[in-house]
Amino acid sequence: MNFGDLFKPKTIAVIGISLANEKHPANVIYNKNNLRMEVKVFPVNDRGGTYQGEKVYANILDVPEKVDMTVIATRAEAVPEIMTDCIRSGVGGAVVISGGFAEKGNRRLQDQVVKIAKEADFPFIGPNCLGIYSPPYMDTFFIPSERIMRPEKGKVALVSQSGGILVDHMVKLAGEGVGLSMAVSIGNKALIGEIDLLDYFTNDPETNVIAFYIEGFAKREGREFVLKAGQCSKPVVVLKAGKTSLGVRAVSSHTASMAGDYEVFSSVLAQYGVVEAKDEFELIPFCEALSCYQTPIKGSIGIITGSGGHGALAVDACLSHGLSVPTLSEPDQIEIRENISQRIQAIASFTNPVDLTGSAMDEDFVTATNFLSRRKEIDCLLILLLPYLPGISSDLGARLSQIYRQTGKPMIAYVPHVEKYLMFIEGFQLNQIPVAHSIEEAVHMAEALRRHQPC
Amino acid sequence: MLTQEMKNIILSSKGKGWVLEPQAKRLLSFAGLDVPRFFLARGVDEAVRFAKEIGYPIVGKVVSPKVIHKSDKNGVEVGIDSERKVRDAFDRFSKIEGFEGVLVEEMLSGLELIIGAKNDYQFGPVVLFGIGGVWVEIYRDIILRMAPLVQRDIDSMMRCIKARPLLEGYRGSNPVNFKELNKLLLTFSDLVMDLESDIESIDLNPVFCSSSKCIVADVRILLKQ
Repeated sequence: MNFGDLFKPKTIAVIGISLANEKHPANVIYNKNNLRMEVKVFPVNDRGGTYQGEKVYANILDVPEKVDMTVIATRAEAVPEIMTDCIRSGVGGAVVISGGFAEKGNRRLQDQVVKIAKEADFPFIGPNCLGIYSPPYMDTFFIPSERIMRPEKGKVALVSQSGGILVDHMVKLAGEGVGLSMAVSIGNKALIGEIDLLDYFTNDPETNVIAFYIEGFAKREGREFVLKAGQCSKPVVVLKAGKTSLGVRAVSSHTASMAGDYEVFSSVLAQYGVVEAKDEFELIPFCEALSCYQTPIKGSIGIITGSGGHGALAVDACLSHGLSVPTLSEPDQIEIRENISQRIQAIASFTNPVDLTGSAMDEDFVTATNFLSRRKEIDCLLILLLPYLPGISSDLGARLSQIYRQTGKPMIAYVPHVEKYLMFIEGFQLNQIPVAHSIEEAVHMAEALRRHQPC
Repeated sequence: MLTQEMKNIILSSKGKGWVLEPQAKRLLSFAGLDVPRFFLARGVDEAVRFAKEIGYPIVGKVVSPKVIHKSDKNGVEVGIDSERKVRDAFDRFSKIEGFEGVLVEEMLSGLELIIGAKNDYQFGPVVLFGIGGVWVEIYRDIILRMAPLVQRDIDSMMRCIKARPLLEGYRGSNPVNFKELNKLLLTFSDLVMDLESDIESIDLNPVFCSSSKCIVADVRILLKQ
């Protein structure tokens, strides 16, 4: 099945435009694509007429140009016939927004649509979904643009069974400055599910992290998913809902009792190097960190800080997450000491964490970062950059980012997230260095880089 | 590969939903796993004769299609070291519902491990490895991996278990035989894949692992309904 026209169309038709109700999902989708996305969009409605001065076509077959994909937002009962027309007119795929299928007990109607699509090798997303956000081409989410924060075009693909969760995470990713290559709400996933999208994004050059919100797999689908994810060279992140089982079934073997659905899910993900985010507080930073660094680390962390307390908390968090903080050798310690500014030589400490103290200057951070970035025994740096230190200036984030560009040693920054410090944060983020809101989160990010390999 | 004898054991147990211990041990033995020497004694004199043949002390276990969890019904006695105790145990077990006989087995020693399998709905067969015994569900020191296991999986199971120091020999105790344990896990994983369409779950618990060998002392095979 070819997803090219479906995900990156040049022309689309929105079927089910209302001439009376401006808030109809089809109208919202038509308007946002017409005004803000790159695709050319045609309105379709079986009664024809005009909408906003544009001709409304009574049938997809009447549209004079080739249509790459359609958004179907009609009553459920009308979908089989419309899909048949789309296939006849050479459309390359569809998003079926309409609800009223398997989720409402209408399995037969859903099966009928799947049968039509399968026979014609016609890909469709849904039904009962928000569909596809594929910047800059198109956006089928029926949420008015003014109500949503949309992430920039980026490298993370996000796939979700739940439309609500998807939108929520898009808003949060946008807030963190993490860009999306595409977001897909798969709804009832009648034809296209997680595995098809994993295949697609594995080969999509615009994507380098693939994130999923998964409620559950069909029989043995999980096996196929992890086998493929294990082969995929890009990091795969999963947030699972339904970790607790309702009611305890009486089981008569110890194994069945201890190997509950979630225990198996979580263990098998780790076995195949899929990064499990335990909650949304992990999913967002994991996507941010993995979109910057795709090569797994072993987990030897070098810490650079402007405060001893921050360094101590970071060491605690690293050790509790199974990361190590190797002590620097005597000669290494002497070498850093000799290269930093004289005024802190006597008060700073260099064992790892390298604590430059509150008297540190920009150059000291640069020197220490440069030095640790070139140590083989360290495979990731945590930089606890405290913007209130008097000796540092707001372009330090950007300066330190350049060291990553030169050395290739992954670097994760912690900067308190308040507006006043935005330039420090953006100095890192705009240069593809992840920035955490807290020390703990910075350590989580490092852990994500380590977990992205078979356990 | 399942032999005809192995298939017959599964087939003849389908109605009950699980495999009685003597048959289950035969099945494991056909698959290449080590089990203790055992005899199924239908009468008390037979039990005494088997006990002498194996040599005291021995273990006695009730065999009954009504009893899946033998220790919950007081159906296991370890350290039986005289003919009188064999007769007492037999007498006691014979009053348990569904009694069919007593399994007379050699006593084993070593670290008690659990090796299990479950046919998971989303992921198919998975293998469990951990610290065994009657308190497994209290300690829950277990690692799960999707079957079939490869060497990397076994290495990570050994590495990730909390009780790893016990496996390596703790405070004067001998380490377990990692080579045997490794072989046992691989053989078991193959068996589980072969039995995929028949089983719901399997407990090998305890497996006694010493510095010389790993022997499956008890087994419970639950079949798909």
